[in-house]
Amino acid sequence: MRFSEKIPGRVLLVIAFSALSALVLITVFIFVEGVPLIARVGVFNFIFGMKWAPSQGAFGIFPMIVGSLSVTLGAIILGVPIALCCAIFLTEFAPATVRNAIRPAIQLLAGIPSVVYGFWGLIFVVPLIRNYIGGPGLSILAGSIILAIMILPTIISISEVSLLALPPPYREGAFALGATQWQTIHGVLLPAARSGILAAVILGMGRAIGETMAVIMVLGNAVAMPSSILDPARTLTTNIGIEMAYAAGEHRQALFATGIVLLVMIMILNSVAQYALRRRQDER
Amino acid sequence: MSVNNTRMVSFDGTTPKARRLNARQTQAIAKATIWAAAVLVILILFAIIFYILSKGIPELDWEFVSEIPSDMGRSGGILSPIIGTLAVTAVAIVIAAPLGVGTAFYLTEYTYEGGITRIIRFGAESLAGIPSIVYGLFGFIFFVIYLKLGWSIVSGGLTLAVMILPTIIRTSEEAIRTVPQIYREVSLSLGGTRWQTITRAVVPSALPGIATGVILGIGRCVAETAAVILTAGSALRIPTSIFAPTRTMAVHFYILAREGISMERAYGTAALLIILILLINIVANILVNRFVARGR
Amino acid sequence: MTPGPRKSRTHGTLALTILTLPVIVTVSMLSACDRLPEANIVLAGSTSVQPFAEILAEEYMTLYPDISIDIEGGGSAAGILAVQSGTADVGMSSRTLKGDETKLWWVEIAKDGLAVVVHPDNPVRNLTLDQVRDIYTAIISDWSQIGGAKSEIHIFTREEGSGTRSAFESLVMGKVEITPRAMVQDSNGAVRQLVSDDAAAIGFISLGLVNDQVKAIALGSVAATRENVANGTYTLTRPFLFVARNEPTGSTRQFIDFTLSAEGREILNEEGLVTTVEGRP
Repeated sequence: MRFSEKIPGRVLLVIAFSALSALVLITVFIFVEGVPLIARVGVFNFIFGMKWAPSQGAFGIFPMIVGSLSVTLGAIILGVPIALCCAIFLTEFAPATVRNAIRPAIQLLAGIPSVVYGFWGLIFVVPLIRNYIGGPGLSILAGSIILAIMILPTIISISEVSLLALPPPYREGAFALGATQWQTIHGVLLPAARSGILAAVILGMGRAIGETMAVIMVLGNAVAMPSSILDPARTLTTNIGIEMAYAAGEHRQALFATGIVLLVMIMILNSVAQYALRRRQDER
Repeated sequence: MSVNNTRMVSFDGTTPKARRLNARQTQAIAKATIWAAAVLVILILFAIIFYILSKGIPELDWEFVSEIPSDMGRSGGILSPIIGTLAVTAVAIVIAAPLGVGTAFYLTEYTYEGGITRIIRFGAESLAGIPSIVYGLFGFIFFVIYLKLGWSIVSGGLTLAVMILPTIIRTSEEAIRTVPQIYREVSLSLGGTRWQTITRAVVPSALPGIATGVILGIGRCVAETAAVILTAGSALRIPTSIFAPTRTMAVHFYILAREGISMERAYGTAALLIILILLINIVANILVNRFVARGR
Repeated sequence: MTPGPRKSRTHGTLALTILTLPVIVTVSMLSACDRLPEANIVLAGSTSVQPFAEILAEEYMTLYPDISIDIEGGGSAAGILAVQSGTADVGMSSRTLKGDETKLWWVEIAKDGLAVVVHPDNPVRNLTLDQVRDIYTAIISDWSQIGGAKSEIHIFTREEGSGTRSAFESLVMGKVEITPRAMVQDSNGAVRQLVSDDAAAIGFISLGLVNDQVKAIALGSVAATRENVANGTYTLTRPFLFVARNEPTGSTRQFIDFTLSAEGREILNEEGLVTTVEGRP
C-alpha cells in the first residue's frame, strides 16, 4: 500500500519537471551556440550593428530588430481595435446563437497553418499594395496586415474571457445610473478588464514577434534598414528562417545569436503578460 | 463604482449637456463599429477559408491522397507528406501526452501550491511563449546534430513534443481541476490510495478535457512548419523508419506554393490541411461540450 | 454519472501504460543513436542541384527499387559540411570547392547557366554585365534608365550562403556588394515566382528553371540558352558538383555512375543543364 502510494508520486514529480528541463535544455543549447559569436562581435556591435553580411563577417542585427518591432507594432495597431470590438461584440451584443457560431470560427482561425496565411497574403495583400499603394508589395505593411489577422484569435479570446469574468453588478450598476450600453462598456467594463486586455495584447505581440513562415513569404526579407512601411524588411525570425538551412560555422552561430535576442525579447514580453494576468486575478 | 463614474465623464471628454445629447449617437456609432468589426473578422475568415477550399477541393480525389508525389510534387499525389504528417504528429503525441498529463496530475493531485509548482508552472508558461522557429533551432542543434538523429521523424516529433507540452499541461490541469472534489473524497474515504483515487475517480471524469488538450496539440503539430522544416527535413520519399527524414503536409504546401512548383497541388494540400484542422476542432469542441455537460 | 468500477480500472491501466511509454521511447531513442547504416543514399546540399538530383533519383529508384535515395536541401555549404561530418553520402554543390573542401572527392555532373530574369512584359531584352551589376548595386534604380518603362526596379537576390548567390557575386558583382535593399528569397523557385508576379522585378535563377513565367535577359547580346552555355559564349555559368568524403563505393558509386552515364546525362540535358565529362581529381 505504501509502496504503491509513493512510486506514482515520485514518477509524476520527475515527469512534472519535463517542461522545466526542456526549457533549460533549449536555453542552454541556444546560448552555447550563440554566445561565442556575440562575445566575439561584442553585444553592442551585434545588437546595434547596421550591416548584416555573414560572408564578410559583418553581424549587425539592428535593422532586423527594427523590422520585428515595426511589423509587430503594425499588427497591434491594425489588429487590436478589431479584436477588441469583436470581443465586446461577443460578450455584450451578440445573441447566444451568433456567439456560439462565431466562437468555433475564431478557434478555426487560430488553427489554420501560418503558411496558409502567408500564402494568402502573397496572393491577395501583396499585389494590392503593389498596384494601389506602391513599392514592391512585399513590405512591412503586408507583414503587419497578415500578422494582424493571425493575432486576432489570441486577442479576441483572452479579452473575451476578461470581459466575461467581470461581476454582473458592474453592468447592472452602470445601467441603473442611466448609462447607455456603450457608456457602460467604455466607462466601466473596459477599464475594469484592462489588465486582462493588456495581457491579451502582449500575448498577441509575442505571437507576432515569433511568427516566421507567414512573414518570410510577405516581407521581402531585405537586410537594409526600412525607411517606410512600404519597404521590405527582415525580422529576427525570418533572418533565422531564411538563412538557417544554408548556414555553417560563424554564420550559423550568428543565427543562434539572433535566436538569443528573440528569446530574450519574448521572455520580457511574456513576463509582462503574466504579471498583467496575475494582477487581473488579484484585482478580483 | 464612484471611480468609474468619474472615468465616464473624462472618457467622453465633453460637457454634461453635450454628452447627454451625444449619448444615444455615440451608442449607435459604437454599436455599428462593433458589429462592423465582428463582421470584418468573419469576412476575413471566410475570405481565407473559402478561397483555399474553392481552389483546393477540386484537386482532391483518391489519386491525390493515395499516390506518391513525383517530379518534386508537380504530379502524383501527396501520400508521403500525409504519412510524414501522421508519423511526426504521432511521435510528438506519444511523448508529449504522457509528460503533459503527468505534469498536470502532479500539479493538481500530488502537491500543494508552493515553490515547486511555481517553478514547474514558470517552465510551462515560458515554453508556451517561445516562437516555433526557436524550437526549430533547438531541435536542429540538439536532436539533429547533438544526438545525431539527423533530419528525421524522431527529431521532428521530439521537437514538436516539446512545443506542444505547455498546451497539454494547461488544458489537462484545467480539466482535472474541474473534477468535483467530492469524487476524490468518496474514493479516499473508501480506503483508496491517492493513485487509485486518481486513476479510478479523477481520470475518467477528466478524460474528455484531457483529450481536448491532446487534440489541440495534434492540431498544432499538423499546422507547424518552421520547427519541422529544420528538424524533419523535406525529403519526399515515403519514410521507411522513424529515423528517416520526411516532409509534412504544411512543409509540402510551403515548398509547392513558395517555389511555384504546382499551384494546383499546393491548393489541394492546403485544402486538405484546412479540412483536417476543421475536423480536429470539431472533435475538440464535441469533447469540450460533453465535458461541460458532464461537469454540471 | 460516475463510471462503473470496471471501466475505471481500464482507464487506470490505460493511464499507466501511457505514462510508461515515454520511458520506452526514450530508451529506444538512445539505443538508436548508434543505429546501423541503412541501405540508402543520402544526398544533401545546394537547392539549385536538388530538383535535378530528385529527378535523377526518381529515375534511378525505378530502375533499382531496392535502393532508396533521400535528398535534402540545405545549400552548398551545408551539403559539403554534411559530407565532411558523414551526415550525407553525397553533397550537392553549385559552386567550386574552396580551401579545405578541395581535399574532398568531387565530380562535376553538369554546368548550369545563371539566367538574369525579368517579368515577361518587361520591354528590356538585353543588358550588359556592367548594367546588371549597376542594378544590383542600386546605381541604376529605375527601368527607364535602361530602356524600360518608368518604374523603380525591384531587386531580388538569394540569401547569404546560397551557391547561386555566391556564383552571381563572383561572376557579376566582382568586388562590389549587392545592395542591402535587395529583397532576399531562399530558393530559385521563390525568386522565379515573385519575378513572374511583378512587372518591375529582376532576379537571377538557374537557367534550367527558366520557364514561360519569366523572361531571361540576354547578356551583352548573348542569349541565355543551353547552346550558348555549351559553346562558351554565355559566360554566366557555374558547375554542379557531387561531393563525397572519399572515393565513393557501392550503391553511392552506382548512383553517381548512373548520373554520369549517357542516360543520366540525357535527363540532365532535357532539364536544361549542360553536361560535361570532366574533372575528377
